Amino acid sequence: MEYTVRHLLKEGDRVTGCVAYTRVDGDFHAFSAKSVILATGGITRCWSVCSGSWEYTGDGHALALWAGAELRDMEFVQFHPTGMVWPPSVRGILVTEGVRGEGGRLTNSEGDRFMFNYVPEMFAGDHAETIEESDQWVEEVVSGKLATVRRPPELLTRDVVAKAINSEVKAGRGSPHGGAFLDISHRGEEAILKKLPSMHHQFKELAGVDISKEPMEVGPTAHYVMGGVRVNAETQESNVPGLFACGEVASGLHGANRLGGNSLSDLITFGKRAGEHAAKRAEDLAQPGIEDTQVQSAIEIMLAPLNREGGENPGLIYDEMRDMMQAKVGIIRTKEEMTEAMADLLAFNKRQEACFPGSSRKYNSGWHQALDLKNMVDVSTAATLAALTREESRGGHTRDDFPGEIEAWGKILNIIYMEDGEIKIRQEDVEPMREDLSEAITEVKTMIAERAAEQAGGGN
Amino acid sequence: MGLKGKTQDFNIMRGEGEDAKLESFSIELDEGMVVLDCVHRIQHEQQPDLAVRWNCKAGKCGSCSAEINGRPRLMCMTRMSDVVEETPEGQAIEIRPMKAFPHVKDLVTDVSWNYDVAQRIKPINGPETMDWEFNQMEADRVQQFRECIECFLCVNTCHVLRDHALFDDFAGPRNLVRLAQYEMHPLDTEDRIPEIKKEFGVEYCNITRCCTEVCPAGIQITDDAIIQLKERVVDRYYDPLQRIWRTITRQNVRY
Repeated sequence: MEYTVRHLLKEGDRVTGCVAYTRVDGDFHAFSAKSVILATGGITRCWSVCSGSWEYTGDGHALALWAGAELRDMEFVQFHPTGMVWPPSVRGILVTEGVRGEGGRLTNSEGDRFMFNYVPEMFAGDHAETIEESDQWVEEVVSGKLATVRRPPELLTRDVVAKAINSEVKAGRGSPHGGAFLDISHRGEEAILKKLPSMHHQFKELAGVDISKEPMEVGPTAHYVMGGVRVNAETQESNVPGLFACGEVASGLHGANRLGGNSLSDLITFGKRAGEHAAKRAEDLAQPGIEDTQVQSAIEIMLAPLNREGGENPGLIYDEMRDMMQAKVGIIRTKEEMTEAMADLLAFNKRQEACFPGSSRKYNSGWHQALDLKNMVDVSTAATLAALTREESRGGHTRDDFPGEIEAWGKILNIIYMEDGEIKIRQEDVEPMREDLSEAITEVKTMIAERAAEQAGGGN
Repeated sequence: MGLKGKTQDFNIMRGEGEDAKLESFSIELDEGMVVLDCVHRIQHEQQPDLAVRWNCKAGKCGSCSAEINGRPRLMCMTRMSDVVEETPEGQAIEIRPMKAFPHVKDLVTDVSWNYDVAQRIKPINGPETMDWEFNQMEADRVQQFRECIECFLCVNTCHVLRDHALFDDFAGPRNLVRLAQYEMHPLDTEDRIPEIKKEFGVEYCNITRCCTEVCPAGIQITDDAIIQLKERVVDRYYDPLQRIWRTITRQNVRY
């Protein structure tokens, strides 16, 4: 239990196992493996307001990068619009989209349903234009009927809602603790306890707010990284033979902006594929040997922080780095701030190389943090470099200095890779969609259009 | 009363095994903190190697169980405003690891005994065909048992384990909840009553309800899980009329 992998073993090009430590004892373990599957989740701990737990430090992304695998789409980080904002102990913890799905209303300090003012051009006409229409949609949907009117603008994509809340707060119309109000109380206590029991419990216990009687305060929180290890869509194998990735650590499926619920279907589908193909590869291979020099050098790197004479507390570096990423590579990005962030990350890298968590290996939280700092610096650098390079705004990536999508960028991928210990970037063309898939999408789109036309025509 | 700017003293268990002892720390508080925030602040600013197990910070993962001022609680769900209020003026807030489990270091304990017991429980054995149905009430009855986050505060509090250390003879409240969840499942066909009596020692529980009192998930451990299991054991072993009826109707059950 409680193993943390810090190094992937290699033989030539291929991956042959890994080296890990146990959190409780600080013992080292080397594993020989014919296939390795990364299933380590995301990187959102690199931002100070995030919905992830302590594990989301991008260790899988970094392990892949260090082992020679390519990352793509690292500039696309999704900020979920509704995280808790108060009290500070829970800042960032997720408030489920279900609250808005059940009819939750977003308002600013002046009581305005501000989302009506933030419908982007590409979604114009798709959403309700009046409060009455919104309410009717909610009423129909929650009673299990097919909606005959358009959905509330609160249900726009996550990036749109997150940016809208951000703008309202910046314009001085935020809630007392710097968010927006999300109100579901009109649905009544019985419905809320039945449909949103864990949200009711979460706010009551953590914030002392009864959501069946009063509004919640919510604001954007770093939630998901669309980018990750570049994998073959069929097999989930990276460009390093034997190294597979699935779930949030893999990339490609969600493009620039994941839709709510799609991560779960991603895990189920591509987790299965990764397992099957990793197993299939293993069938034909002999058990690889473990090369001692690689293991020893991995152990040496892990022990380095403990062997220093003294130095900064890694916890402080951890906090400051997350605050920096929040301020300079957050929801709205500029060239100026990100250039600063790149320089800051170099400085953080120097600091983490000299930090001192004490000398004990036994359940030493500071040592675990010291090791995580290295992957956090590297994945933060990857995300910042990709974001700095993409001079347009698209999905989860918004540039204040380059508003709007640029068609040419829509066909270009940013690929991050490591060469001689340095993180580098290059561009590649987006692979055209397979014919059978694009046909299937056209088919579905036609079907939806037909159904909409039918409903608009009276619905008999 | 605001917390911001208030200097607060803590006595926190530090060290391993026999050498572990309470050490004093002092930090400045902020508004809206929970106990875990304070432990983290001490770790980030003063004691990098302070061991504390945590994860979700929302009372969902059950990792940060500890004894705060002697009361077993989740550190992430215990607000400082409440703890400051309950602590006499000028006194330090005391944070200790769970007492019933083997100590690893500082605030971390080894709770693997619970997982070992869980391994010995026969899993649900359901019908192979898909044509079953059951009443909503039957689903509702076991639903609360699924709220368990395995923080093991109940096990830590139970005097059968905490004071009498009957780890070999008693399954502990958490795993009795698991047994109840399986036994009361409307489609389960497995029989676990002999184990519940013998191996899992349900009769050691004398219904003091301490486990229920500390459960952060609000599960009615004693009334809805343990007493139900006790009743099933009574029906099987101690009710002569039921025994006669089973003999007459030739029901073959294990003892």
